[in-house]
Amino acid sequence: MTPRRKRLLIVLGILGGVGASVALAVMASRENVMFYFDPSQIAAGQAPHDKRFRVGGMVVKGSVVKTSSQVHPDEIDVRFVLSDFQHEVPVKYSGVLPDLFREGQGVIAHGQLDANGTFLADEVLAKHDEKYMPPEVAGSLKKQHAGVMSGGAAPKSTAAESAAAGSAPMGAAQMNAVPTAPVSSNVPTT
Amino acid sequence: MNWTWFHRLASPPHVYRLATRLAPWLYAGAALGIAYGLIAGLFFAPPDYQQGDAFRIIYVHAPSAWLSLSAYTTMALAGAVALVWRIKIGYAVAAACAPIGASFTIGALITGSLWGRPMWGTYWAWDPRLTSELILLFLYFGIISLRQAFDDPARGDRAAAVLGLVGVVNVPIIHYSVQWWNSLHQGATLAKWAKPSMPGSMLVPLLSVLLGFMLFFGAVLCTRLRAEVLVRERQSNWINEMVSIP
Repeated sequence: MTPRRKRLLIVLGILGGVGASVALAVMASRENVMFYFDPSQIAAGQAPHDKRFRVGGMVVKGSVVKTSSQVHPDEIDVRFVLSDFQHEVPVKYSGVLPDLFREGQGVIAHGQLDANGTFLADEVLAKHDEKYMPPEVAGSLKKQHAGVMSGGAAPKSTAAESAAAGSAPMGAAQMNAVPTAPVSSNVPTT
Repeated sequence: MNWTWFHRLASPPHVYRLATRLAPWLYAGAALGIAYGLIAGLFFAPPDYQQGDAFRIIYVHAPSAWLSLSAYTTMALAGAVALVWRIKIGYAVAAACAPIGASFTIGALITGSLWGRPMWGTYWAWDPRLTSELILLFLYFGIISLRQAFDDPARGDRAAAVLGLVGVVNVPIIHYSVQWWNSLHQGATLAKWAKPSMPGSMLVPLLSVLLGFMLFFGAVLCTRLRAEVLVRERQSNWINEMVSIP
């Protein structure tokens, strides 16, 4: 074995060794690194009641109720319902909401469950997806979608595209696994 | 096939002259790409349907983030070539890459933070994508300081190259973090095996800035590489001949 070959093998060995150990660490941490639960897991009783964790889901349309806060006059109390299209969890939050917080948007709330099953959030983060489009395009997609719903024969790809446009609080792959995901649920009324 | 041009890339004087000749063209191309992309992206591209004009920070953020990764990969490759084939110019390239890559990383982190505040609702979250990009910055800092931590520059070069190689595992982690974990950060818009999730009116300026950033990286790399070669080869005859007053 030439010295050069030996050095090449050492370099490849370092890469392989570090790569394998990191891959193992990644796989081990995937499940619990974020203390993340979706509404279905909360409904199944898997979420802890005495620990803080994150819950992600879509803000259910028509569920957002804002009242001005009794404690801090400049803040507002918000109640809304988070859904993963199978189960729902009510959320209570007071404070400033991000710009993207709106009904039908994917959000991640950080906080704790109370005894009644309401999630008391102290942080609400809005998630957006990797799709960018001009407002007119979003508008026309919405119109086509309306055509699909009323029995119109819109091209299949359009429906699939707008379905994928829904902000996924989970990974896009997991999102696609949700069978009842409503089409283009997050295209806001403009 | 004639490989002379390839073998000559190992020769410091040749690389020095090549970098000197290439740099102006790269700077010019970078200026054109960045200028067109930023003007088209910031003023003429349509606003996003959800984020409005705030999405335009993507024209700085995404190219910075991409370059932070490609600069790292370039640095690690150059270090590997130097380690395995004992080609010294590889160490010079790796040393020249590190501060540029670190700067792109800082740029990506700062612009991302400014974007996250209005959209997500926070400047910073201990999110997989954000955290792994921060680790990338610390890797850059570690590599830069490790190189200088030895009295013998050759040992510093080797140690930095090994650390660079070890850190290369972070590059795919950064890229796939948005798929592997429940990340606040959205998935890839361009770097995937599918159609970009963006119409042409938004995409073309972005690609233009990306190309401009790549050329800019190449241009700064040429400038820094020339300085590295001058310092590293300061005892050699070709430099003495070049700088001696006739």
